Amino acid sequence: MNDFTLWDIARNLLLAGRWTLLLSAIAFAGGGILALVLLVLRFGFGKWVQRTIALYVELFQSTPLLMQLFLVYFGLPRLGIDVSAWLAAAVCLTFYSSAFLTDIWRGAVESIPRGQWDGSSSLGLHYLAQLRLVILPQAMRIAIPPTVGFLVQLVKSTALASIVGYHELTRTAQIVTNATFQPFLVYGMVALIYFAICYPLTDLSRRLERRLATNAR
Amino acid sequence: MGYQLDFGALVQYLGLFLEGAAVTLGLTALASVAGIALGIAGAAAARSKNDWVRRLITGYVELIRNTPFIVQMFFIFFGLPSLGLRLSALMAAALAMIINLAAYAIEIIRAGLDAVPPGQAEAGRAMGLHGLGVFGLIVLPQALATVYPALVGQITITMLESAVVSQIAVVDLTHVADLIQSRNFRSFETYLVVTVIYLILALLLRRLLALAGRSLFAGRTP
Repeated sequence: MNDFTLWDIARNLLLAGRWTLLLSAIAFAGGGILALVLLVLRFGFGKWVQRTIALYVELFQSTPLLMQLFLVYFGLPRLGIDVSAWLAAAVCLTFYSSAFLTDIWRGAVESIPRGQWDGSSSLGLHYLAQLRLVILPQAMRIAIPPTVGFLVQLVKSTALASIVGYHELTRTAQIVTNATFQPFLVYGMVALIYFAICYPLTDLSRRLERRLATNAR
Repeated sequence: MGYQLDFGALVQYLGLFLEGAAVTLGLTALASVAGIALGIAGAAAARSKNDWVRRLITGYVELIRNTPFIVQMFFIFFGLPSLGLRLSALMAAALAMIINLAAYAIEIIRAGLDAVPPGQAEAGRAMGLHGLGVFGLIVLPQALATVYPALVGQITITMLESAVVSQIAVVDLTHVADLIQSRNFRSFETYLVVTVIYLILALLLRRLLALAGRSLFAGRTP
């Protein structure tokens, strides 16, 4: 009855892992660029821009990612905009990660002492040069550990794309389970593959954080 | 002719929305109470002198924190029956949420315990309290007071992530949305309304728990 070898199952899952990695990479790159733009706006303009960006972050952090995904995938076609599962997942996760990254990076920039802004402006640097040459290089050191930590959250979040039918790791697990009737084995393996992706990142984030803490002393 | 938004068509489903929200909140409450209780036990055990206990707890925490919640839930609901453990969808969802929250709670509470100065426990022992009394009456309350905001954040995340339980047919808020939009074909309005309900629940939950924390831990934070 069982025509699937262990290797058949493992190979299919590992190959599907590529799409999980690709989706994570796209969402991280897209979200990072968007977050950088929001960061530049956040510190360069007045209260209203600050409040709008805070609201944007709050909206993404206080609603389920699954609802954001459903709104784009099932909702937008009703308004006449057709989106594929792949596009819906990529767009949603990009916005989602931009909100979290904006929040993390804002905290890092705010932790830079006021004197750094004053000093650089007294050297005649304008806002963008201040950010690029003085503030961001310092903020980056603080921001990197939590950013790597967020990457773990992002990889795990891509599993939700399976629900709208995007063929990444979790969706493939469902299909393989339906073919092999071995959910224990398949979901166990899938969990291990996610773990193999996420744990090194978790560990790296912790190491970076520890190094930052010792350097600060 | 463009699509006309019609939110009025959703009013008749008010009862369903409320039922779904009650299931979401009920699951969250159960997961919070059980998850934090396990979190306290786990964090306490993580300070044990026994190497194996410590390794076991670290392994559990890392395994849960580095895999997606939906995979954990699928494993429990679809995978465990092959070991003879067949759970209803609601029980599988509750168990998955408890197991998930417990891992994060252990990590958070462990940090809180580490932050309590050792002098506190020493003073407790000097006053004649036993090990459990020192932990329960002196160290733990201070640790919980310190990490309470982080716990509130994690409870909110658990509530938002619980939207996924709709995928094993638990009739939570998200599942109600699926049902309604399959009846009236107004997916955009339905999901938008449900997203707003989640937003309100998250904001209320955070506010309420913050208020509760203020009276619970009055004067305990350093």
